Amino acid sequence: MLNLFIAFLAGGLFGAGLFVSGMTDTTKVQGWLDVFGNWDPTLAFVMGGAMIPMAIAWLIRRRRVTALTGAALPPPPSREIDSKLILGSVLFGIGWGLAGLCPGPSIAALSYGGPGLYVFLAAMAAGMAVAPLLRARLDRTVPAE
Amino acid sequence: MPIDWIWGLIGGLLIGTGGAVYLLGNGRIMGASGIIGGIVDGSGRGTLWERLVFLAGVALLPVLLMPVYREVDTHITDNMAVLVAAGLLVGVGTRIANGCTSGHGVCGMSRLSIRGFVATACYILAGGVGVVLFRHVLGVI
Repeated sequence: MLNLFIAFLAGGLFGAGLFVSGMTDTTKVQGWLDVFGNWDPTLAFVMGGAMIPMAIAWLIRRRRVTALTGAALPPPPSREIDSKLILGSVLFGIGWGLAGLCPGPSIAALSYGGPGLYVFLAAMAAGMAVAPLLRARLDRTVPAE
Repeated sequence: MPIDWIWGLIGGLLIGTGGAVYLLGNGRIMGASGIIGGIVDGSGRGTLWERLVFLAGVALLPVLLMPVYREVDTHITDNMAVLVAAGLLVGVGTRIANGCTSGHGVCGMSRLSIRGFVATACYILAGGVGVVLFRHVLGVI
């Protein structure tokens, strides 16, 4: 039960942050990516601001054996740079630029995004549903080193 | 618009605090694409409720804040082809790369993960080239 309360609290903070920062406004995201247009710096402040408490949390994590609920803490990050990471991130970036939406804000805007958002969400879910097949294919065609 | 970056910073701090709570509380990395993707493809069946409750929090807080904050317009395009293409690319891409702006960006880079930096560089570069191409060259967005 505690883990559900924590998940709700974390999700709530995430949603509140996405909302007040203006990150559910697609013009702010596209305005940041568009260096040849009327450049909007907001996204950099959001990213920078988010990394401050998160970096502190990673430092605290080092001194702890388990999470508050007793769950295991994540292992050290993998260092493997593979084609999936690169290709996936490039595809994501193109979609992010096209619509000005990424997964977090698309959920935060659920109550006010309108029909366009639902179309985006349905397409995103479809993409996520087929991703495991593509991932398996990439694993087969690109042998691990 | 100096007020915008102040709200950006405040919002960023809230997002990061959410990530900190999720990490130290539940031992989990706050990545939106992973949390959603695990529900969609069934790989997160064991933690389904945790995922659903997290997403409920994400969607609910803006509803509660709306009356006391400000009018927000998402300015989402009404071009259906663009929305479908963008959704598919975001869905497939984030799940192949195993992360998005929150997982690789906020959570990854703040722990100096090399994968987080490489992924973030790739999606920002691709997004920048995409916006310039689609907006200024092709004129579709």
